[in-house]
Amino acid sequence: MSALLTYDFVLRAFAASGIVAIVAGIIGYFLVLRGQTFAGHALSHIGFAGATGAALVGVSPLAGLITFVVAAGTGIGLLGERMSGRDVTIGMVLSVSLGFGLLFLSLTTGHATAATTLLFGNVLAVTPSMLATLALLGVVTLAGLGWISRPLVFATLQPELAEARGVSLRAVGTLFLALVALATAQSIQIVGVLLVFTLMVGPPAAAQLLTRRLGAGVALSAGLALAQAWLGIVLAFYTDWPTSFWITALAAAVYAAAAAWARMMRRN
Amino acid sequence: MNAIQLDHLTLSVRGAEVLSDISLAVGEGEFVGVLGANGAGKTTLFRAILGLNTATAGAITVLGRPATRGNPAIGYLPQVRTAPPQVALAGRDFLAASIDGHRFGLPFPSRSAQRDIDRVLDLVQARELAERPLSQMSGGERQRLLIAEALIGAPKLLLLDEPLIGLDPRQQQVVVQLVHDLGRELKLTVLFSAHELNQLLGAIDRVLYLGHGRAALGTVDDVITPEVLTPLYGAPIDVIRAGGHIFVMSRGQDVERGHAHDHEHDHHHHGSR
Repeated sequence: MSALLTYDFVLRAFAASGIVAIVAGIIGYFLVLRGQTFAGHALSHIGFAGATGAALVGVSPLAGLITFVVAAGTGIGLLGERMSGRDVTIGMVLSVSLGFGLLFLSLTTGHATAATTLLFGNVLAVTPSMLATLALLGVVTLAGLGWISRPLVFATLQPELAEARGVSLRAVGTLFLALVALATAQSIQIVGVLLVFTLMVGPPAAAQLLTRRLGAGVALSAGLALAQAWLGIVLAFYTDWPTSFWITALAAAVYAAAAAWARMMRRN
Repeated sequence: MNAIQLDHLTLSVRGAEVLSDISLAVGEGEFVGVLGANGAGKTTLFRAILGLNTATAGAITVLGRPATRGNPAIGYLPQVRTAPPQVALAGRDFLAASIDGHRFGLPFPSRSAQRDIDRVLDLVQARELAERPLSQMSGGERQRLLIAEALIGAPKLLLLDEPLIGLDPRQQQVVVQLVHDLGRELKLTVLFSAHELNQLLGAIDRVLYLGHGRAALGTVDDVITPEVLTPLYGAPIDVIRAGGHIFVMSRGQDVERGHAHDHEHDHHHHGSR
């Protein structure tokens, strides 16, 4: 273990995945509470087109990713209720985005590593400047979420009542999806487009099975995501299997254990 | 001062007139049952009193002031439009979300908010719901929790939209009695919409019957008559009293029962308002 921590790139991997896991775990709690996990999934795929498109025109992929995903999140939010339940629409947007991402990749004298990194993440390739960007994005995302969290929870649990009390459901929903987009862009750096679920849905879903308190649920979700990410890096180091594989495997194991525990508690 | 005053009020939903030129007044402390067929405008009227629907013509005055959105003097229990959320949050956290829920900030309740939650749970005699997750509550318990929520912040007027939907007759009676007692104890004005009149008999002071753009407000004996109800249904109405129950019939069919079980249609109506 001490050998592991002597490498700078490993330390950066721990720091980066730690930041992203906490942000994803917390944002994800509200995403799961709102039943919008599919929208989060779609956003990450749109991010793929954004990142590859940016690379094609010679812009930083992270900038392209953030721009695209935040624009898409805001768009979905503004469409509001008309979008909810449109699984087919979201599914189409999702696959078209992947298709465009593939096209952009092939046009960019493409090499396969770039594609694999985007799709499945590569936490060991985090540079110092990217770490700084992730930290800044993380602070912005969590500060924004903290600011809207009260009306967000109200609008989630009791939309009609919240509306009557003067909450703008559309404004709150749009701001939230923009924050989800930011968290998605960060998560893609660690686990890639295809595995964003593993940080943003797995831990919060498990947390909601384990506690019925809001504050405890948010904290537990962040803690589980953090544990998954860090343990994933350690296991990857010793097995030489990909970090993202271990993070997904841990997410599945944690969720299964939480579901089993919840079922046992209900029976007693 | 009246709790609610409507002056020549006309309300439309997406261009279609739902209520036309209604004038009436509900006094403070009254318990009014709001009845009428689906689409008669019960929810539309509630939303207008809440300031969510603007009047096409006329005026709504609530406790002496024009209706405005976010009025803290109104407690509201919305009709459950969709399947209740499978949320595993405890009742206390569910209620906490609605305290100051319109203000930006972190969702953790202050000590005074916690006291208010305890107070409203005691009022509905359901302190134990504080620790129970929403997903494990029965329909009656959930409705009790929502009534508690409507009482947060000490409102003067309660608008309860179809709180009896999905409850069995015994639970319905318990809820009606609870609301009646709360109204007396806290000197609240209550508008309580329902599909069926009989569950409300004995508890309500007056009945507000809506239909065909019109409204009739008065005691049960004054309003539930063929003369008053026939124009509200646009069809000949018979009123039959038997065994302490009142049946409103049209061409041999009970008009209330005819749609009491038709919740699918009802949800559709409210979904498209």
